[in-house]
Amino acid sequence: MEFNKHSLDIDAAAVTDELCHTIRDQIRSRLHRTGAVIGISGGIDSTVTAALCARALGPKRVVGIMMPEKDSSPASEQLARKLAAQFGFETVKEDISGGLAGLGCYDRRDEAIRSVFPEFNSSWTAKITIPTNILAKDTFNFFHLTIENEAGETKSKRMPLSAYLQIVAASNLKQRLRMTTLYYHAEKRNWAVVGTGNKDEHEQGFFVKYGDGGADLKPLAHLFKIQVYQLAEYLNVPREIIERTPTTDTYSAEVTQEEFFFGLDFYTMDMLWYAMEHHVPAEKVAGVLGLSVEQVLSGFANIERKITATEYLKLPPLHAD
Amino acid sequence: MAIDQAVVRKELRQFIAEAFLIGDDQVEFSDSDSFMKSGIIDSTGVLELTAHLEEKYGVVPADAEMLPSNLDSIDNLVAFLQRKLA
Repeated sequence: MEFNKHSLDIDAAAVTDELCHTIRDQIRSRLHRTGAVIGISGGIDSTVTAALCARALGPKRVVGIMMPEKDSSPASEQLARKLAAQFGFETVKEDISGGLAGLGCYDRRDEAIRSVFPEFNSSWTAKITIPTNILAKDTFNFFHLTIENEAGETKSKRMPLSAYLQIVAASNLKQRLRMTTLYYHAEKRNWAVVGTGNKDEHEQGFFVKYGDGGADLKPLAHLFKIQVYQLAEYLNVPREIIERTPTTDTYSAEVTQEEFFFGLDFYTMDMLWYAMEHHVPAEKVAGVLGLSVEQVLSGFANIERKITATEYLKLPPLHAD
Repeated sequence: MAIDQAVVRKELRQFIAEAFLIGDDQVEFSDSDSFMKSGIIDSTGVLELTAHLEEKYGVVPADAEMLPSNLDSIDNLVAFLQRKLA
């Protein structure tokens, strides 16, 4: 098949029309709801989702919920407000820090961090990262915990299993409380919760089950991240949002999605993945992307492993019959 | 210290069965089967596996050794332990 640097280019106008039609149809005919509730973070995916919903349903049938907590970047709220002003939909701010504190999110997370770094102080910042050299070697994903004190000094260690699991479990309370908050606003209006995950997040499992994965529809779930950027350009969303590096906005120290989960830049990952799905020979992919065949094969293996390893996240509750 | 390959193989199989197959030692997998591809362990399981290597054999894989070629089958694990404990 034809494979070149533009294989993931889309006709953004046509895709937008199609998505608007789908969003209207699913909300009205399948879900029997009359509007859309979206968690907006100032990130590219929630921005494009909100802009599409405003176009599909009209801005009066859209509400963007901003749900900052004490580790959120202040830029998130500022960008979310700018987005809402441009597309004319209402916003509601729900600070979820108190709820998270009540659930023990911060205490449980910090307890696990201190099991690795006993000197960790709650006023310091922390983040989890994975190797980002995944094309150099076919490596497993393992996780480093990095802490930073007020003086900017950092320490990093590979995490033992128990600390990793507890930090993730505590941090996932954030996405789950956000989902709960979104459903409050949806049920109050008899509207639907619209999820914002793209194909990269959905299929490789970069979401929290019953957290940001919990929604009534996910209009971007079939689109690669670099295609979401193409829609953003077409929809003319604020330039700062397009140019902002995607982060998890979950950990107190800022961590990019590349560092935390994907281990590759989005263009390379999406092109590799597309090539893998369409059985493009590794030699051809290597030529187009300027990589070695070994790098291409490492990339294929890493993507495939993430898809397989996160299958559990994508399964609905299993029935016995 | 050379390892007794047959003993280590048996110990690793027992660990995999207990830790990942809820004690079901009837699940069939060959010594060369990829744990990942056969769905026996996931990325979290790899951490559990490395914790076991440390606890049982005193071997802590370096970051650069966290590779499927070292850890993703009984054969690979045995060869890895043999190199590390030689």
